[in-house]
Amino acid sequence: MSKYETVIGLEIHAQLLTESKMFCGCSTKFGNKPNTNICPVCTGQPGVLPVTNKKAIELAIKTAIALSCKIEPSSVFARKNYFYPDLPKAYQVSQYELPLATGGHIEIEVAGQKKRIGIIRVHLEEDAGKLVHQGADRIMGSDSSLVDYNRTGVPLMEIVSEPDIRSPLEAKAFMETLQHLLQFIQVCDAKMEEGSLRCDANISIRPVGDKKLGTKTEIKNMNSFRGVLKALGSEEKRHAEVKEAGGTIIQETRYFDDTTETTTGMRSKESAHDYRYFPEPDLVPVEPEGAWISEIKKTIGELPEAKKQRFETECGLSAADAELLISSPVLAAFFEQAIKLHDKPKIVANWIMGDLTAYLNENKKAIDEIDFTPAQLVEILKSIDKGTISGKIAKTVLVEVLKSGKQVKDVIAESGMTQVSDEGEIIKIIKEVLKHNPGPVAEYKKGKKATIGFLVGQVMKASKGRANPGMANKLLAKLLAES
Amino acid sequence: MHGKTAHELHSLLTNKKISALELTEAVISQIDKVESRVQAYVSINKDQAIKQAKAADERIKNNSNLTPLTGIPVAIKDNMCTKGMLTTCSSKILNNYIPPYNATIVDKIKAAGAVILGKTNMDEFAMGSSTENSGIHPTFNPWNTKTVPGGSSGGSAAAVAADEAILATGSDTGGSIRQPASFCGVVGFKPTYGRVSRYGLVAFASSLDQIGPLTKDVTDTAILMNVLAGHDPKDSTSVNLPVPDYQKALVNDVKKMKIGYIKELLGKGIDKDIKSEIQKAMKKFAELGAELIEVSLPSFEYAVATYYLIAPAEASSNLARYDGVKYGHRSKEAKDLLTMYYNTRREGFGNEVKRRIMIGTYALSAGYYDAYYLKALKVRTLIKEDFAKAFSQCDVLLSPTSPSVAFKVGEKAADPLSMYLSDIATIPVNLAGLPAISLPCGFSQGLPIGLQLVGQAFAEETVLRAAFTFEQNTDWHKQKPSL
Ligand SMILES: [Zn+2]
Repeated sequence: MSKYETVIGLEIHAQLLTESKMFCGCSTKFGNKPNTNICPVCTGQPGVLPVTNKKAIELAIKTAIALSCKIEPSSVFARKNYFYPDLPKAYQVSQYELPLATGGHIEIEVAGQKKRIGIIRVHLEEDAGKLVHQGADRIMGSDSSLVDYNRTGVPLMEIVSEPDIRSPLEAKAFMETLQHLLQFIQVCDAKMEEGSLRCDANISIRPVGDKKLGTKTEIKNMNSFRGVLKALGSEEKRHAEVKEAGGTIIQETRYFDDTTETTTGMRSKESAHDYRYFPEPDLVPVEPEGAWISEIKKTIGELPEAKKQRFETECGLSAADAELLISSPVLAAFFEQAIKLHDKPKIVANWIMGDLTAYLNENKKAIDEIDFTPAQLVEILKSIDKGTISGKIAKTVLVEVLKSGKQVKDVIAESGMTQVSDEGEIIKIIKEVLKHNPGPVAEYKKGKKATIGFLVGQVMKASKGRANPGMANKLLAKLLAES
Repeated sequence: MHGKTAHELHSLLTNKKISALELTEAVISQIDKVESRVQAYVSINKDQAIKQAKAADERIKNNSNLTPLTGIPVAIKDNMCTKGMLTTCSSKILNNYIPPYNATIVDKIKAAGAVILGKTNMDEFAMGSSTENSGIHPTFNPWNTKTVPGGSSGGSAAAVAADEAILATGSDTGGSIRQPASFCGVVGFKPTYGRVSRYGLVAFASSLDQIGPLTKDVTDTAILMNVLAGHDPKDSTSVNLPVPDYQKALVNDVKKMKIGYIKELLGKGIDKDIKSEIQKAMKKFAELGAELIEVSLPSFEYAVATYYLIAPAEASSNLARYDGVKYGHRSKEAKDLLTMYYNTRREGFGNEVKRRIMIGTYALSAGYYDAYYLKALKVRTLIKEDFAKAFSQCDVLLSPTSPSVAFKVGEKAADPLSMYLSDIATIPVNLAGLPAISLPCGFSQGLPIGLQLVGQAFAEETVLRAAFTFEQNTDWHKQKPSL
């Protein structure tokens, strides 16, 4: 047990799923040729003015509601002033003193323990451009640098947590839960590796029991969940080592290096900024009407945590199964549509998480990227219930349907894999089997009843697995008794 | 014909007494004759103007799409973006800047069929009251070329006064339309903040800037206002209110109109001759049946100080984009990013611009923000309240536009503070966002004196009516400088 307690607060930037940029009509599409998604406004030409993207406000409000925040009746955009070539106006339009929403929370779970993490604020801002350096990997020392303004002005939502997080593991869980939530309510695709979800952390340590916070450092450049874990792990260790050696922590910004898995400080000169925030005079305050907020609330639907609870209580799924199903909103929706058609949630869940998920993983596809519907799955499951196919054959049918995209009934018919439930046909097979296995038949008659299992196996083998096993069992017993 | 007003020329054009081409050529030949002594323009667009005049003649010939502006030569202040045409703000930092888009008001003027003659000189980035701060060349007052034309729209005012344009646009942040109108003996009108789109107006101080007309009489002001005014979805601060027909407001009648004369602007610091001419104007209004009331606006004392915090603060941010990265001047000396910034801005900006950027940066800095910027915003509110109180007693406020007539070139150049004080009558109006006009009301030492009339927000019609009535009953506006 460490003698220090770690205190972490996170600042998350999430790229909102809007068609156009925060303050102009340019596309937010990723991967276009450099400087093609640009206009006078987002390149900061003299004289241009911003116009706020209503969709971006809507998505941020949606998030704020999902995080149980208070939507502020009036929030104000501000200018954050600093010079950098990727920032064409030399100020970023953001929200400062009066953010869009304040005071929410989110529930995380680490090692079976639930914990509530406070959310200080949710606000909107615009992204900067992208620099490409020639001859060095930073602007200092490079021969030349090129700037791509395609990303300039893309809407970002900043979510700031309370310093309620107590370990790197909790930080990682927070990020995962938040990612899941943002994806679930469809405001952000939230892929850390692609930069649509980014996070900076403030971390400090203090002796266990102390109320006063230690000096914090700000950690940047954590580009994956693993990065969050490693960066904060190495930084809390560094803090402890500095303190143990009698040193003091310097308040600074530190960069995480993915390869060394450690953080390095920047020269303090670079991190000492006075951004000279002041209210953006070119924009009017954001004052969302109550009716609009109610409309947005309706679009949220059931949040993942509530859905999970319902899957457990109403569908009788285990916590682990419910968790797996809600891990993706499309998977959960698939499950819910399927059980509407086939009220056997446990069986449906098993098939989704078993064979279907196995196929998806193998082919690196998401469920909404393939041409397979809940109705098709239910058709297969109903064929088992009707006895048309066996459970084992159903697995083959599923894979065939997934691969070929054919209709379920066609796959079953074409494969000749339908179950044989015709009494005459099964009797014919049994008679064949009895004729070729005089030994086991004799043993059975002597009283070794278990031998029937072997004989059923032979019947199944002879029918290439198609004989209805229940009928085979019954008829075999009958014929043995008669012979 | 270059000496006539737009409304006079409009009937000559539509009655086919003159052609638009003849008119444009007449104005161009006047430019050729006097421009070397006045230097009103930064760039003149003769070939384009001739082309546009021919197009206007087509419209007139076909009697299609005629407006009171069709075929009328107009000069545009050089801080309004003109697509494909230099827009320098009279600054070295933008001396090669050709905008990729038109300001909304430029689109409107073009759509009305006007002929755009060229871009007029100004104090660099509209910072100044004499047009001596132009980074290109100074402009001289047509009434006496040893004196300044006022500023910052000195080029536009001088062009109209010298008949080098029939109409001109100006921008007014602290008096930049009204004070040069007063110095040059023309009519200058600053509409209510939000009445005219600022999209494409290169920002000086966003919360104060407003575009308006400079014309030879009040009727022409109403005509140009009919084109300029109106909501623009590209400017979030432009107000979505119906626009009246301003020409209809031109009624020669002020009976029972309550005109408040501002006590603080008829006392200390106001030139003796100006005081006496303003008193004569008040007498004239009384003769015409208006009721004159003395009003006091005690907060005026703080207006100049307040303005010189708010305007530079916004300017320091607005002008940060001129960094040599994207357009305009870039220092050739720089070896790295920081020296590129330093050298570009050192070489590109003039002294007054640098002075205001420094004042503004200081006022917004951490630790000073509350004492300067925030305090200034509070005083701004007090000034608005003082105006509201005054307007509870009267319809229009009256004062001199400027405490003095045009001063000598170089006289105040070395004393910025006395230059700042020359805007004492105009600045409070911008801080309150109100509409105000300056119109000729007399002479002192052969130089024009301007009368300022201020209205309530969006009560442009009342201001125009009072101004029109005064004009119809005096003949100051008919005086012409002898160049
Ligand atoms: Zn754009």
